Amino acid sequence: MDFVNSALDYLLGIPILGWGVQVGLVYKALLLLISLLIFTAFILLADRKIWAAVQMRRGPNVVGPFGLLQSFADLLKFALKEPIIPGGSDKVLFLLAPLLTATLALTGWAVIPFGPGVVMADINLGILYLLAISSLGVYGVIIGGWASNSKYPFLGSLRAAAQMVSYEVSIGLVIITVLLCVGSLNLSDIVVAQQEMGLAHMLGVPWLSFLNWFWLPLFPMFIIFYISALAETNRPPFDLAEGESELVAGFMTEYSATPYMLFMLGEYISILLMCAMTTVLFLGGWAAPIDLPPFTWIPGVVWFVIKLSMVFFMIAMAKAIVPRYRYDQLMRIGWKLFLPLSLTMVVIVAFVLQLTGWGWHGGMA
Amino acid sequence: MTLPLFFFYLFAAILVASALMVISARNPVHAVLFLILAFFNASGLFMLAGAEFLALLLIVVYVGAVAVLFLFVVMMLDVDFASLRQGFLQYAPVGVVVGVILLLELLLLAGSFVVSPEAASGSVLPIDAATDNMRAIGLVLYTRYVFLFQGAAAVLLVAMIGAIVLTLRHKTNVKRQNPVDQVARRPSETLEVVKVKSGQGL
Repeated sequence: MDFVNSALDYLLGIPILGWGVQVGLVYKALLLLISLLIFTAFILLADRKIWAAVQMRRGPNVVGPFGLLQSFADLLKFALKEPIIPGGSDKVLFLLAPLLTATLALTGWAVIPFGPGVVMADINLGILYLLAISSLGVYGVIIGGWASNSKYPFLGSLRAAAQMVSYEVSIGLVIITVLLCVGSLNLSDIVVAQQEMGLAHMLGVPWLSFLNWFWLPLFPMFIIFYISALAETNRPPFDLAEGESELVAGFMTEYSATPYMLFMLGEYISILLMCAMTTVLFLGGWAAPIDLPPFTWIPGVVWFVIKLSMVFFMIAMAKAIVPRYRYDQLMRIGWKLFLPLSLTMVVIVAFVLQLTGWGWHGGMA
Repeated sequence: MTLPLFFFYLFAAILVASALMVISARNPVHAVLFLILAFFNASGLFMLAGAEFLALLLIVVYVGAVAVLFLFVVMMLDVDFASLRQGFLQYAPVGVVVGVILLLELLLLAGSFVVSPEAASGSVLPIDAATDNMRAIGLVLYTRYVFLFQGAAAVLLVAMIGAIVLTLRHKTNVKRQNPVDQVARRPSETLEVVKVKSGQGL
């Protein structure tokens, strides 16, 4: 009984109403889930608006003022329509695939630190956990494509499998360079390290903290990470898994209604997760860009969301202005360009850190 | 029953059940998916044992990369399991022999720990319990076992090169794109600007 009580306390405890000493995990999770879903709804709209603005269109502008409620209207539409399951499909796997995609995309957010101490699970191997979660994202696509029992989805899922496995390699190596500089896999430690060391400290102007962040010393890795994140999440210009000009809609061809919505949602949430990873690894997480009063009054969570939105803006612009890659070109970039480049950078960064002793708390030691 | 014990039995039960399903599933794709489930539960067991680095590495490497390639190949190949099953009885004795040998070895290993408890403690490296397990593994791998580690890496490298050599074919008459050439091209090398008077051809 003791263990049941402590488990209940951990999950459901509220300090004010008695029954426990800490705010239960369930409430934090619900708060994170709801705010994430609402944020995703507006990010979806922003994506379409940015795309439209580049092409001199207006974008969605009918539902609500400036089309602000468009995503909610889409949600209602998807939820109320009839899901069609193809006759020859593997029904269990067909419905499991979108669920898997959406759940995995949401799971990653457990370790993201939004502010100092504002994190669901502050685990020591946070970044490895994120890598593991993002490497699982490919299953939703493969299973969905196979279970549809149709040509286009199958071709789309084969493309996605090869693509996501290839780009994970360079993402892993980029993460390793950051880890070498920090000497810890904890995401909060990575953010704190970017405040406590870096170029601004070396120049004697510690208040210019945006110069401290890793995007500057590791600039090539920042670019590689950005492009690999596009490829890993199947965003244009690397959206060959769903390239409509040759594969109808790729692995999503046979999906409709709620299962389709889950795929869509999972995709956008994992894009946001990649933006959050970029923010934490390269853009100083919750830290203010200039460490002086007017900027430090704004809470860290707000800075985190601002940076995340800026990274997303870059990703949305890539969709609007870059033409889609050919598949062999995509593979060429992944294996012949990014892999050797990031491997070399790992070696160079390791050497520099060992010789100079830069790096947080002596870095690797 | 304590919470870790409960989860141990949960993970272990699912692990054994999904391992059985791997060899008994009719559809090869389902078999691979059950294999992935088995990997997951094994990583859960590692997590319970306090080896969280190994647990996550198991997911990144085996589930995230190796099993994806398995699934990739199994989906592409049209494996007919009915015809594979016809040879089942013929090969069964070999399988039984391998299984018995493995079981005996495991029993010997476990038995040796019971007979002499110091044998079990002898194989454990003195690692400070305070260091996290990624650092601990790194310190051991790159100091005490560095040659074995490099040796394993060399074996893998040779295997990789071997696989590439086996499948590498230089096809003739294939047009390949060379981006360096494309970027290096200048208008002066390829274009010729000709002034043509109207009404006259070239």
